[in-house]
Amino acid sequence: MSFELNGKVYETDDDGYLVNLDDWNEEVAGYIAQQEGVDMTEAHWEVVNFLRDYYQEYKIAPMIKILIKEMKKMFGPEKGSNAYLYQLYPAGPALQACKIAGLPKPTGCV
Amino acid sequence: MAKKTPKPEELSKVDYRRPRKGWMDIPVEFKEGMFCNGTRPGYLETVGMPNPRKWAPKDEDWKLPENWKEIVLNGMQERLEKYRSFRLFMDICVRCGACADKCQFYLGTGDPKNMPVLRAELMRSVYRRYFTTSGKIMGKYAGGRELTLDVLKEWWYYFYQCSECRRCSVFCPYGIDQAEITMIGREILNLLGLNTDWIAGPVANCYMNGNHLGLEPHTVKSNIEFMVDDIEEITGIKVEPTFNREGAEILFVAPSGDLFGDPGTFTAMGYMMLFHEIGLDYTWSTYASEGGNFGSFTSMEMGKRLNYKLYAEAKRLGVKWILGGECGHMWRVVNQYMDTWNGPADFLKVPVSPITGTRFENAASTKMVHIAEFTADLIKNGKLKLDPSRNDHLRVTFHDSCNPARGMGILDEPRYILKNVLNHFYEMPEETIREKTFCCGSGAGLNASENMELRMRGGFPRANAVKYVHQHHGVNMLANICAIDRAALPPLMNYWVPGVDVAGVHELVANAMVMKGEKERTQDLRLEDLPEKEGAENV
Repeated sequence: MSFELNGKVYETDDDGYLVNLDDWNEEVAGYIAQQEGVDMTEAHWEVVNFLRDYYQEYKIAPMIKILIKEMKKMFGPEKGSNAYLYQLYPAGPALQACKIAGLPKPTGCV
Repeated sequence: MAKKTPKPEELSKVDYRRPRKGWMDIPVEFKEGMFCNGTRPGYLETVGMPNPRKWAPKDEDWKLPENWKEIVLNGMQERLEKYRSFRLFMDICVRCGACADKCQFYLGTGDPKNMPVLRAELMRSVYRRYFTTSGKIMGKYAGGRELTLDVLKEWWYYFYQCSECRRCSVFCPYGIDQAEITMIGREILNLLGLNTDWIAGPVANCYMNGNHLGLEPHTVKSNIEFMVDDIEEITGIKVEPTFNREGAEILFVAPSGDLFGDPGTFTAMGYMMLFHEIGLDYTWSTYASEGGNFGSFTSMEMGKRLNYKLYAEAKRLGVKWILGGECGHMWRVVNQYMDTWNGPADFLKVPVSPITGTRFENAASTKMVHIAEFTADLIKNGKLKLDPSRNDHLRVTFHDSCNPARGMGILDEPRYILKNVLNHFYEMPEETIREKTFCCGSGAGLNASENMELRMRGGFPRANAVKYVHQHHGVNMLANICAIDRAALPPLMNYWVPGVDVAGVHELVANAMVMKGEKERTQDLRLEDLPEKEGAENV
């Protein structure tokens, strides 16, 4: 599968995750978010940016509990909860936010 | 993108009526939600498997090599010579039908080709046509059929609708192991690059990074250290796991799912709390960082390649023996294949528990002990101080994971542990547990997301049995000893039996275990308040 944006073709897997992680930029993220029905606000970007920073270092999306704890540390207790993340990303932070952040889907016994 | 899974009311209406036509005359139909995506080329390239290219199961053209038929038949020939079991299973079935209604995928779909006898017949018919005299001469009249592209596609569809759970083999009067037929079927399909993306991905990750998730060494360490912080928050005790430590007595290997996804992470916390409490001299490895083996869902050869690192790492670190965590198919591999694949591990010692002195004779050859045996032995010898009332908010049943149950007979140990660490334990109906356990519906690499309808259908019989104890005994926790279970059962429960949560056995052990020097516990391993403590505040 693939999609086209501003004259460039982006390859995705069958679930719409970017195949080439280097393809990611904010425009691409905006497009994927739109497809997911997510209206990106500053709060949404906080999560996406954290995911990308984490991925740079660890080469995988963070465990949800790491995401929650780090959000709490960086942006305050009201943002460090599962409920808050689900409010931003109704299909789940692990799947939807990672997809918008251009991270691959974890595989295996998960 | 995967279609939306129908509602439970709709899915539970399974049509078991007999089709009008004979099975050979009904072409395979690829139903959305019932199959996985085809593997992307990169994963196959990583491990040097044949025919990497972009393809999708629904495509007309599967981009197969021109001589695909020859490859398949040669592949069959080679395996018929190599595996006596395979030839036997091709020859001896009398089609008595004892297995027909024992498969959860048949029970959940009503599709006759999910009857184990017929799933095997998909391949057996080709075997008769090309490898038996009667079939060569009489063709269809002798139960043979031509190998066509449609037949190949049918193999693919149905060999990836089998979770290799072996429930059918328990009921087969000849002991035909359908899982082995599926395994050979998949192995032959892999000669043409016909794996699923969800299996090939973990295989490639495991080959490159040592585990299915592709966790880098520093990520393994970071995730475990994060759990260490949580343990300290709950107990006031700082556990100190070590990594890749030469000279440790024991190498501990867990499924990597436990190092990443909830509720597996709570199980991993449980392991570490237990080891700390008994002062076990053990080490994690960031290289042998996976007990599971998606290679075994691909081919024997791939299984062997991925399994190799366990003994290699044990040798490098100079440990005495290996302790394995709550993983499912890892134990089928360890118990039935590892010794001949990569053994004998003569450089290791016959495992002896350093705490109780128990010698694990059953592991004398593989040198690998299942953690349920290890912990049951600790409890039996009175080495743990347990307060089962800490699990009083839970009413628990135990799901026998297919592989530890049928693959190595771990039936009583987890039950013994559970009955010692909690007060409310209830068994599901007897024809759904122990050797006759139903699969979670997602084993053998079927736990992807695009095939969710298949998973919910395949898990229907298991969920039905859970629903029984949920309704009769208020069961709200489904314990298990497998990481695929911990990943697959939560959505299955949400779908069929909302209100039932899922936990590894060692999470419940660590909840109940009174540790030396711990602070008064107010939280369980999920950092949720213990109910009685809440109650105490209200008094």
